[in-house]
Amino acid sequence: MRTAVSPLELLEPRTLPEALRMLRDRRPVTPLAGATDLYVGLNFGTLNGRRFLDLSRLEPLRAIRARGASLSIGALATYTDVIRSPLVRRRLPMLAAAAREVGGVQIQNRGTIGGNVANGSPAGDTLPVFAAAEATVVLRSAAGERRVAFAEFYTGYRKSVMRDDELIVALEVPPVPGKQWFRKVGTRLAQAISKVVIAAVRAPRSRIALGSVGPTVLRVPRTEEALAAGAPIAEARRLLQEEIRPIDDLRSTAAYRRRVAANLIARFWSETS
Amino acid sequence: MKFTLNGKKVDVKAHPMARLLDVLREECGLTGTKEGCGEGECGACTVLVDGKPVVSCLVPFAQVRGAKVRTIEGVQDPLQKAFVTEGGAQCGICTPGMIMASLHLKSDAPPEEVRAALAGNLCRCTGYTAIYRSIRKRR
Repeated sequence: MRTAVSPLELLEPRTLPEALRMLRDRRPVTPLAGATDLYVGLNFGTLNGRRFLDLSRLEPLRAIRARGASLSIGALATYTDVIRSPLVRRRLPMLAAAAREVGGVQIQNRGTIGGNVANGSPAGDTLPVFAAAEATVVLRSAAGERRVAFAEFYTGYRKSVMRDDELIVALEVPPVPGKQWFRKVGTRLAQAISKVVIAAVRAPRSRIALGSVGPTVLRVPRTEEALAAGAPIAEARRLLQEEIRPIDDLRSTAAYRRRVAANLIARFWSETS
Repeated sequence: MKFTLNGKKVDVKAHPMARLLDVLREECGLTGTKEGCGEGECGACTVLVDGKPVVSCLVPFAQVRGAKVRTIEGVQDPLQKAFVTEGGAQCGICTPGMIMASLHLKSDAPPEEVRAALAGNLCRCTGYTAIYRSIRKRR
């Protein structure tokens, strides 16, 4: 049954400092932006929490801009913003590719990059992109700013180092050396949650990150090292299958995910050569 | 809470976390917007907020404050006729959402653009061919 909204409370800050104060003083409070995931919980009666913080009026957090050599993607940038951004298309085309595969247009118009990262689903489509791009998560609280390497952000299934008085304000992406590649495999082309999702960068030291094959998004360092040392692709396929940790769940099986992940890495290698 | 609904300025009282879908249907009496899945998968409840298609089952009412909301009741377009004459509307549940999601498409839009625009709208009757044809035949 749907969660009744009458006992719920929505805080509506107009500025970031106001939002951060509310986050500090009104705990427990759950931040809400595009609501594309939170409201699924509301519709199914599984919504946790009673007090919510609407971030949608914090317009400055929507900006996508160059910061020196880095690309800064505001947490409130939607998938549509990302797809349309000339900066993203030029510097981080694999993020635009990932955004195009999220839900349908309606979800792309509302869902945010910060939400995808904060939600921390192992199937989050943009997470392998940020892992392969070695991005930095920029967190803000009333006490100040904290920057966390994406590789150190997640600590377990839907768990991260983010404190409950912090908000993600941006993802910062340094220049990515090499050819970017992204692929998502789901049940159908649109509106599907991934069975395996991969983002990779082809360079002398290639970087490979996968989603939906472990409790969090994973880099595969042994596979990356083997490829950098010139190992044949059959060896990379074997190592990859050792490094990932897929499970059987309602979307797929561990065996299928291993096989698809191995095929994807071979495809990455041949398409970027 | 004030917003613009189908071109008219309105002031509607509802819980800030109510789903936009429920506010439209229950407070505003606009039942043309349908509820399908209630999880953002099917697109039946698609409306335009500031010109962009969104699924109204996943929009907190507070977030349309000051915005322009357009529902199927605010549409008068040859596309509607085309859906009727070309068989794009069969059982009809997906039709308002299909129309809201395809309103911005030109009749000569390439098929891949049409498919991408409607990727978030499910139809269990037509097999989509008649819907694509309706969009092509709009005049």
